[in-house]
Amino acid sequence: MFYDDIAAIATPPGEGGIAIIRLSGGQVIEKASKVFRPYHDGVDIRNKAGYSLTLGWIKDETGEDLDEVLLALMRAPHSYTGEDTVEIHCHGGILPARRCLEVVLHQGMRIAEPGEFTRRAFLHGRLDASQAEAVIDVIRAKSDKAMKLAVKQLSGHNSEYINTLEDRLLELNAMVEASLDFPDEVGELEYAKAEDIMLGSLAAIERLIQAGERAAIYREGIAAVICGKPNVGKSSLLNVLLKKERAIVTSIPGTTRDIIEEQLSIKGIPIRLVDTAGIRVTEDIVEKIGVERSQKVIREADLVIFLLDLGTGITAEDLAIYKEIKNRNLIILANKEDLEEKHITEDELEHYFSGVRVIWASAREDKGIKELEDRVEEMILGGALQADDLEIMVNLRQREALTRARKHLEDALQVMQTVPLDCLGVDIWGALEALGEITGKNLKEEVIDRMFTDFCIGK
Amino acid sequence: MIYNAGSYDVVVVGGGHAGCEAALAAARMGCKTLMATLSMENVALMPCNPSVGGPAKAQVVREIDGLGGEMAVNVDKTAIQMRLINTGKGPAVQALRAQADKHEYHDEMLKTLLNQPNLHIIMAEIEEIETSGPRVSAVITKTGARFSCRAVVITSGTYLKGRIIIGEVMYDGGPGNQFPAVKLSASLKSLGLELGRFKTGTPPRVYKRSLDFTKMIEQPGDDRPLRFSYMSPRLRRPQFSCWLTHSTAATHQIVMDNLDRAPMFTGAIKGRGPRYCPSFEDKVVRFAHKESHQLFIEPEGRNTEEMYIQGLNTSLPEDVQIKVLRSIPGLENVALIRTGYAIEYDYLPPAQLRSTLETRMVEGLFTAGQINGTSGYEEAAAQGLIAGINAALKVKAEEPLVLKRSEAYIGVLIDDLITGDIDEPYRLLTSRAEYRLLLRQDNADLRLTEKGRRIGLVSDERWRVYSAKKDRLEEQKEALKGRTYTPADQEISSFLASRNSAALKDRFSLWEILRRPEISIQDFVDLGLLTEYDEDVLEQLEIQSKYEGYIRKQEEQVQRFEKMEGKLIPGDIDYDEIFGLSNEARQKLKQIRPESIGQALRVSGINPADINVLLIFLEKKRRK
Repeated sequence: MFYDDIAAIATPPGEGGIAIIRLSGGQVIEKASKVFRPYHDGVDIRNKAGYSLTLGWIKDETGEDLDEVLLALMRAPHSYTGEDTVEIHCHGGILPARRCLEVVLHQGMRIAEPGEFTRRAFLHGRLDASQAEAVIDVIRAKSDKAMKLAVKQLSGHNSEYINTLEDRLLELNAMVEASLDFPDEVGELEYAKAEDIMLGSLAAIERLIQAGERAAIYREGIAAVICGKPNVGKSSLLNVLLKKERAIVTSIPGTTRDIIEEQLSIKGIPIRLVDTAGIRVTEDIVEKIGVERSQKVIREADLVIFLLDLGTGITAEDLAIYKEIKNRNLIILANKEDLEEKHITEDELEHYFSGVRVIWASAREDKGIKELEDRVEEMILGGALQADDLEIMVNLRQREALTRARKHLEDALQVMQTVPLDCLGVDIWGALEALGEITGKNLKEEVIDRMFTDFCIGK
Repeated sequence: MIYNAGSYDVVVVGGGHAGCEAALAAARMGCKTLMATLSMENVALMPCNPSVGGPAKAQVVREIDGLGGEMAVNVDKTAIQMRLINTGKGPAVQALRAQADKHEYHDEMLKTLLNQPNLHIIMAEIEEIETSGPRVSAVITKTGARFSCRAVVITSGTYLKGRIIIGEVMYDGGPGNQFPAVKLSASLKSLGLELGRFKTGTPPRVYKRSLDFTKMIEQPGDDRPLRFSYMSPRLRRPQFSCWLTHSTAATHQIVMDNLDRAPMFTGAIKGRGPRYCPSFEDKVVRFAHKESHQLFIEPEGRNTEEMYIQGLNTSLPEDVQIKVLRSIPGLENVALIRTGYAIEYDYLPPAQLRSTLETRMVEGLFTAGQINGTSGYEEAAAQGLIAGINAALKVKAEEPLVLKRSEAYIGVLIDDLITGDIDEPYRLLTSRAEYRLLLRQDNADLRLTEKGRRIGLVSDERWRVYSAKKDRLEEQKEALKGRTYTPADQEISSFLASRNSAALKDRFSLWEILRRPEISIQDFVDLGLLTEYDEDVLEQLEIQSKYEGYIRKQEEQVQRFEKMEGKLIPGDIDYDEIFGLSNEARQKLKQIRPESIGQALRVSGINPADINVLLIFLEKKRRK
């Protein structure tokens, strides 16, 4: 049967403390081991027995820890699909799960088709033959629904955008293929024109990816955390943010988790804001910040807002907290700007927090809050924040295809001057093929059609 | 009166490029073979341009050669010009193209056929295919001869109910004013086969001495000793030039003024013509903004006055054709020999075929060449070869030979034919091959000769030549990989410096150094680092080293592809029995009847969910 490796997020998107990424196939354990750093040195998941759990981190492409996870391992045939299966239990919220999935896919897997885990379960004899029709129902329902949704997402004025991109890549492919197949009639490839199309398409793909990311953020929201030493003004900041945002959804005083979590929205982005003020303060804040729970909260957050007190100056506590959070997506707010006497200078900020932009604010007097909100939006949506009428849902599968198309174009541009046209054609075709997975068309035939439309070919 | 005229293993109907390969293959594989041709004078006729090869087609010619077919050898014997084209565009698309002497091509092929043991050629029109139960049993000629047989390969080209169209003039005929085959179509239909109608065309031929070559650009051949077949001697042949001229505004005006007499536009031609070989009138209309179109004047042979005008295929009335010709620089005083014409003919939509080219409807009945909706001598010959091989294997009750898309252009061709909706005459393009970096003209023998040997088509002599080359290749490859150098090695360092090539930073093998664009394998020979002088081996080593990265990428894709190809669908599957298939998929699957899951995936209108349903059904059936 087909043992290629597949992966997907198995839990519903959005809320939930954890998300599970499921991997199934012949080499998933090997591939997972390449992105997993076990908590205990010397542990190697490749040597683990089935039905085992291992604690560790998922590493990103640069080797940095991405998320702390529990990795569940099941060995064939004792798994749902009957194949080797790895389940990565990572932190809930859209970004960690998506990032983990991306890292896994980079190891050479593809996103599972709708119902594919179930199909494999059946094909490997994990389900009874009498269940075949039920399995077919599941697959049909899931893929029909997915298809409908994908079509809907791509329809409307956005489809124009994708059609233009597809059209340009078709033109590019037709140029290359015509030059290869009909050298007498067509001659050499116009390299300058080809480069133009590639650069333009690359920009369009980039824009689609970012628009999709934005849409996902608007739909599913992000998690942010406020931290800082006691009395720095965390509660005031929370209040001022909440006051402005009248639609308070929930306010859960930490009963089980000892933290306060609020739902609010900044510039339309749903944000789950966690106030570490809810964590009981002990005498030794340095030790406190080290406790696992707040570390965990910070790790889960997509964004950390760190408060300094202009009244107290920069203290050892501040620096201790900063040490824990400096690698995160970070905004520093120098609070209590309303005080007459300020004990922090620009030079000090530059010295201790080099490279982080600091906003001067007063939570109590609602000063600098607008700037904070702008900054939050900018950080969440990335550098691509611009007036953009492109509102498009890009699901993970589409995003993955777009990423591949981008990679092909980047590779093609890079080797354009050094490899012969037939080799260059591999990446130029790869880009169109990846895009074709989104539009679901037989683009190979269309390239040939296009060749005959654009060029007068024939004996 | 029908009489019994003899008994054969394989009967080949037709003596064109497909028929010749089919008959030779079957006979060489030990089958008692009969070839029936409408005319001995037209065996291996080139009714269109006198050229073989070019992108995708050269690869096919080499593949035919690799399997032990004849086309490559025959072109090499009769070429009057050879050129390597696409040389700057990479090894996958580099292609040899030959101008052949049409008459010699025919003569040489006929000689080969006549001298082939096990093969008997007759001049006859086959009117009927006889079956016994589901199987083919005999063919019957117009004159009543009945030849019983175990397999039939029909290679009828454009002769089936052929109809010639020149302006307002229309008449029944085969190419070049031959007799058409009139009755065979009805016999095929009575066997339950469906036929369709296609159109193609050819340009006028003119007297060489009526042309003014001073107004044209000369297109000389390559001076190097090129060849299609590794079995042919390396010869430096006298090269006959082709000539380039072009149409003018006046030419286009003549066409536009006479569209009301153009059968392509009056509705007189109903069959669908090929887009890659459009009629000249079509080009003028569709590309109205183009001020001129290229025209190549090609000699039809070394001892003939006849010149072929490539780019001017037309069915305009004869008087208009003459006006058109005379408006072209260098052709002002042209004298016509043959008028251009369009031809309509019956073809068999190839979705009715298996990948062996056997019809699904009638066991033992194979079709190959233009009857299957293709165009091109090379495509025809390739199919003829495969059909002949499989007819012979069928007679011998051996496993059929099916080439995968990842193994040969021939595999791409046949798979496209049997899984696609062919709505115009099909021509191979390199764009149709997913793995073209693997399907190069330079490695066709490495890809296919072992297969050809296994089925008994590759002669001892060819096998000896091939094996020697392969051994040398492996040996030299090891040598290149084994010889390594460090920055301390003076000789190689100064050589690299002389080539402006970066100095070695570490230990590198010659194989790795060869990857550098500025270094060629000839450099190693010149430096005395290599003891190989055979051009083919050197070329192969260089390509394998320089493109190793891309080649490996495609090999990985092939591995994924082949998993799907390996999952077979039983021939007796009842698609109506499968719960959960979409209606469109059910229709398509019933029509095409793919042989594997991989093939099913390539059928248009089948989506991944349908494939999943199919997989589950097959698994359920297996467990029962």
